[in-house]
Amino acid sequence: MRLPSSSEPARWAALVNRVSGVLLSLFLPVHFWAMGQALEGAAQLDAFLAWTQQPAVHVAEIGLVVLLAAHFTGGLRLLALEFLDWSAIGPWHKDLIAVAAGASLGFGLLFALNIL
Amino acid sequence: MQARLWLAQRLAAVVLALCVLVHLITMIYAVRQGLSAAEILGRTRGNLAWFGFYLIFVAAVAIHAPIGLRAVLAEWFSWRGKSLDGALLAFALLLALAGARAAWGVFR
Repeated sequence: MRLPSSSEPARWAALVNRVSGVLLSLFLPVHFWAMGQALEGAAQLDAFLAWTQQPAVHVAEIGLVVLLAAHFTGGLRLLALEFLDWSAIGPWHKDLIAVAAGASLGFGLLFALNIL
Repeated sequence: MQARLWLAQRLAAVVLALCVLVHLITMIYAVRQGLSAAEILGRTRGNLAWFGFYLIFVAAVAIHAPIGLRAVLAEWFSWRGKSLDGALLAFALLLALAGARAAWGVFR
């Protein structure tokens, strides 16, 4: 794997998409296990949710929301590049990266403001 | 095979785009008063629309994530062949079953 240089936004975007995808894939089984606590009853789910009220867990949750939003917005960008007319999208491809990055951080900030 | 996997991943991505948008908005809204079992289960328990939504969400991610990991693992670690496909098929089944279990857990 070659790390992108700072002058290669498209390579950075590809790297962010891959790393966020891998991290989210690793998180998913944990997330499903956590939500499956509801099978043991509301009290069991509440006990787990109480554990999540720690500051470190909140920080991790904000990070996960940014990862999810980055994979979502970066993925929309990739779908646009792959399925829409390149002559229409091409001139805007760096702007799309900036919009995706801004939107991801925006989602993270909105979540942080609501959870903290 | 590669072309079919690519297409399946992209079709799943389109479904996921809608699901993730709903999930992000729901999360941001839901944590405003602090998450509790009452808040989550009050929204989902006995609600067929949310149950259907989460099942579609789980199915799409069980298709999308393993195919994406397949490309990354092949590129970063040169892991290819039947062992990789077998491991990722197992991962897809884990996601599908654990996800469906979680969806059932908050619905029933």
